[in-house]
Amino acid sequence: MSSRVDTRRWLIQRVSAMVLAVAVIVHLGVIIMATQNGLSAAEIVGRVQGNVGWMVFYIIFVVAAALHAPIGLRTVIREATGMQGRWPGFISGTIGVLMLIMGLQAVLRLYGV
Amino acid sequence: MADTLEVSVWRGGENGEYETYTVPSRESQTVLDIVTYIQRRLDPSLSYRFACRVGVCGSCAMTVNGKARWTCRTHARLVTENGKLEIGPLRNLPVVKDLATDMREFFDKWAKAEGNFKPTTTRHDEFATVKPSDKKRKQATAAIECIGCGVCYSSCDVVAWNKDYLGPAALNRAWTLINDVRDSGNDERLKAVAGDAGCHACHSTQMCQERCPKHLSPTASIAGLKRAATSALLKGKL
Repeated sequence: MSSRVDTRRWLIQRVSAMVLAVAVIVHLGVIIMATQNGLSAAEIVGRVQGNVGWMVFYIIFVVAAALHAPIGLRTVIREATGMQGRWPGFISGTIGVLMLIMGLQAVLRLYGV
Repeated sequence: MADTLEVSVWRGGENGEYETYTVPSRESQTVLDIVTYIQRRLDPSLSYRFACRVGVCGSCAMTVNGKARWTCRTHARLVTENGKLEIGPLRNLPVVKDLATDMREFFDKWAKAEGNFKPTTTRHDEFATVKPSDKKRKQATAAIECIGCGVCYSSCDVVAWNKDYLGPAALNRAWTLINDVRDSGNDERLKAVAGDAGCHACHSTQMCQERCPKHLSPTASIAGLKRAATSALLKGKL
C-alpha cells in the first residue's frame, strides 16, 4: 500500500466530484430549460456548435467524469469481488481511458471539428 | 410481562448453530445476566467473555438480535423482540467457540495503525502543558473514551468487504494520537493510515458511530485523518 498514491487518488476523486456536481447541474439544467422552451435536439446542436465556451465546459466535464468514475469503479471491483493487486486498477483504468476517448470525440463532434 | 424469555444462543465455531434456551424474564436484567444464567444454570459448556460487568473493560460485546452491543450495559427488555432474543458472536471476527471471538486481528490492526504512543520526552522532563481549550486537545477528547470492545469493527460493512481495512477503532485511536502534541510518531502514523486499507477506504456509512456504546464518532475521526493525510500530501510529507 502506498499512502501517497492512495491519498492522491482519493483527492482526485473528491476534487473531480466537486467539478461534476456543478457540471451535472449546468448540463441537466440547460437541457431541461431548452427542451421546456420547445427547442429540438437539432436546434440545440445548431446553437452549441462552434461555441468555444460550451466546448471547454464539456471537455472539463468529460475529463472529470473520466477521472472520477474509474477510481470509484476500482473500489467497487475490490470490495465486491475481493480482487486484489493490479487488476482492479487496470480494468477500471482501461474503462476510464475509453470514457475519455469517447467523451472527447463526442465533444469535438458537437463543436463541429 | 411474560415469565420467561426464549433465547437463541450461538453454539460451536464458524459452522455452529443457534440453540434455544428458556430463561426467566426479570424486570432488570442485562443480556450478559442472561448469558451468565444459561452458563451457570442450564449449560456450563457455554463459552463467552466478560470481565468488569460495568461497561469499562470492553470484553463482553456480542451480536444481540442482529446488532453488536455491549451486553453488560444492555437491558434485555429494551432489545427483546416478541419475547425473543438472539445472541451470537461479533460479526467480522473469527469465532473461537460460542460467543467468544478471536480478537487478534482487531488489536493487530491498532498496532498497524501506529496506535502506540511515541513520547517526545522522558520522565525527567517537565509535564507538557495542554490547555483544555486547545483545538487538538478537544479533538482528542472527543475520541479518547474508546474501550476497545469491537462493536464498531463488527458493525462496519467496509471491514466485511475489505479484510485489510484497519477499521473504525484503530483509525479512531490513530486520530487521538495525531492530536496529541506530546507524540512524535505522526509522519509514520499518517503513512500507516492513509491508504486503501486505511482512512480512504471509509465510505462514511456511520454504522460505527450508530452502534458505539460510548457514543463516539469514529466516522468524524476518520474524516479528520482524511484531511490530515491530504494536507500531508500537499506539503510533500506523505
